[in-house]
Amino acid sequence: MEIKLTNLAMDFQQTKAVNDLTITIQDGHLVSILGPSGCGKSTTLNMLAGLYKPTAGEIYFGDKLVNQVEPEHREIGMVFQNYALYPHLTVLKNIMFPLKMAKVNKKEAFERATEMAKLVQIDHLLDRKPGQLSGGQQQRVAIARALVKNPKVLLLDEPLSNLDARLRLEMREEIRRIQKEVGITTIFVTHDQEEAMSISDKILLMRDGTLQQYTTPLEMYDKPSNLFVSQFMGNPPINIYKATVNKELKRVELKNSNVHIPLLGNVDVTKFPEDVIVGIRPESFVSETSSKELPQVSISINLIERTGRDTLLSGKIGEQQVRALISSKQQLGNVEELSLYITEFTVFDSETENSIWYFDGEGAQ
Amino acid sequence: MNQKPTLKDTLIGYSYLLPALIILGVFSVYPIIKSFFMSFYADYDFFKDIVHSYGFDNFIYIFQDTEFYKSLTNTFIFVIGVVPASISISLVIAILLNSKIKFGKLFRTIYFLPFVTSVVAIAIVWQWIYHSEYGILNYFLGWFGISPIEWLNDPKWSMPALIIMCIWKSLGYNIILFLAGLQNINPQYYLAAQIDGASKFKRFWHITVPLLSPTTFFVSIVVLINSFKVFDEVFALFNGRPGPGYSAQTIVYYIFEKFYNEWEFGIASAAAFVLFIIIFIFTLIQLYVGKRKVNY
Repeated sequence: MEIKLTNLAMDFQQTKAVNDLTITIQDGHLVSILGPSGCGKSTTLNMLAGLYKPTAGEIYFGDKLVNQVEPEHREIGMVFQNYALYPHLTVLKNIMFPLKMAKVNKKEAFERATEMAKLVQIDHLLDRKPGQLSGGQQQRVAIARALVKNPKVLLLDEPLSNLDARLRLEMREEIRRIQKEVGITTIFVTHDQEEAMSISDKILLMRDGTLQQYTTPLEMYDKPSNLFVSQFMGNPPINIYKATVNKELKRVELKNSNVHIPLLGNVDVTKFPEDVIVGIRPESFVSETSSKELPQVSISINLIERTGRDTLLSGKIGEQQVRALISSKQQLGNVEELSLYITEFTVFDSETENSIWYFDGEGAQ
Repeated sequence: MNQKPTLKDTLIGYSYLLPALIILGVFSVYPIIKSFFMSFYADYDFFKDIVHSYGFDNFIYIFQDTEFYKSLTNTFIFVIGVVPASISISLVIAILLNSKIKFGKLFRTIYFLPFVTSVVAIAIVWQWIYHSEYGILNYFLGWFGISPIEWLNDPKWSMPALIIMCIWKSLGYNIILFLAGLQNINPQYYLAAQIDGASKFKRFWHITVPLLSPTTFFVSIVVLINSFKVFDEVFALFNGRPGPGYSAQTIVYYIFEKFYNEWEFGIASAAAFVLFIIIFIFTLIQLYVGKRKVNY
């Protein structure tokens, strides 16, 4: 079911937890609400669930305005951060609970619950109590309980944050698989950008209650709408440099250093402001390229960390810190100075912090 | 610290326990054992403390004593009247107090007052409430066209009067226990249940009641045992008499009468022993039921 939020807002006394949020979530999509803690993502989820009533704006499920509909009548399923499985009921009865509330007859409820348990692969644990399950198993039970009544929307509130790293990876694949199999519109709240990137059809990034960008994961990564988005996405974080635009020579010159990067390709430099910020992702540095015209910078290296798949270089461009992620195949030895090409970067207006231009290698031969 | 306890350590340890052990021994353990033996004193000269013969005479006597049966019946009526009502009323009040209401903390204090007030003071207040001519209870009943009831002087009404007062008096303590239990329930369960489609009543029935069951279990054992032991409330409410015409005589009152007024120590001990067995059986039943119902 399609979900539409228009000018949604939520105030808690003085603070605006959510501010003027207008988005549409397509039917069958998995959308992550991403942001640092306190950005209003959980508040948004709770408004979708009906646990909070918005102070302004509308929430539409399909064509129906649901602002005044109580949670028990919204036809939603929800998985809580700590799962909130009923400790006095067995796994089977936990999954059957929503059906019991909907007065589904026992035989059918049992069948649907066992079927759902099979889908989330816990059908061998039906007689256990939640206290006897591991974190991942509890997670699966919580998902089964949320899905068993065939809700129209599935809400997940930081469902993976209580799991260890390996299990988190496994469960996020599971959630994706189950969501695809059921085809349910799903909203997934997380503060982990990697989690959001890997699982979502679209990401909704928030900061201080305000929408920053709502788009596909890759686009958000490659074409961040502003500086905050670019810094929030990606690990290790993007390198940020203050710079001035030299309009005559069509290049940006990094401050406090003798480094300049040419603005290649079809770009109207005249519209650029004087002061800009340049963002370069660590993996946008490469040591070899077939194109000779890519911008090239010289890095003095302080530290080399090899993590197997790739190598993290920490050093300096001029006076500025830099982190570059290059392939492990590159033999480095004990080099102190390295010349690297820049394949992609983003230019932000230093005043508004909005992005004004993306260089994606085009224009270079 | 895995050394074997030396004799010295043991003695030091016991010396810490000694003060409590002495008091418990003199005032609890010794009387329990002594009264158990006393219940078998068939022929006893209490002036010289000589037992001429032992036997079951005391037990035979009480089981043929209609007054004993009357006391037993009264006690059971009292237990049935007080226990369920006290538990359910205090649960309801605890839930109300636990919800976000204005002056909630003030109300908590008010409801706890009966527990910290002396039984004698409470009884005096209730004697006024029950007063047939000037009592506030009869005054309220008068609104509904009910003619004044002789609460404390009519044998028919003495048990209800006693039961009402004791329910009221037991509320404070039970409410505190229930409140603690309610606050132990994670509010997320209610949110989860709400999203699972449970109405307010169903959330109470399927979440609050089962998750509160350990508290309810504990409260029910305490209330049951206390109700079987009821004595001071009777004594205070009816001015040192077991109600008009012995109509509110409970087992402990029977024991008291036999022991202090009739100096029948053997019979009193035998009755005490019977009461002990009754409470023991009921507690066993509760433990059994509790084990099956209270686990998660």
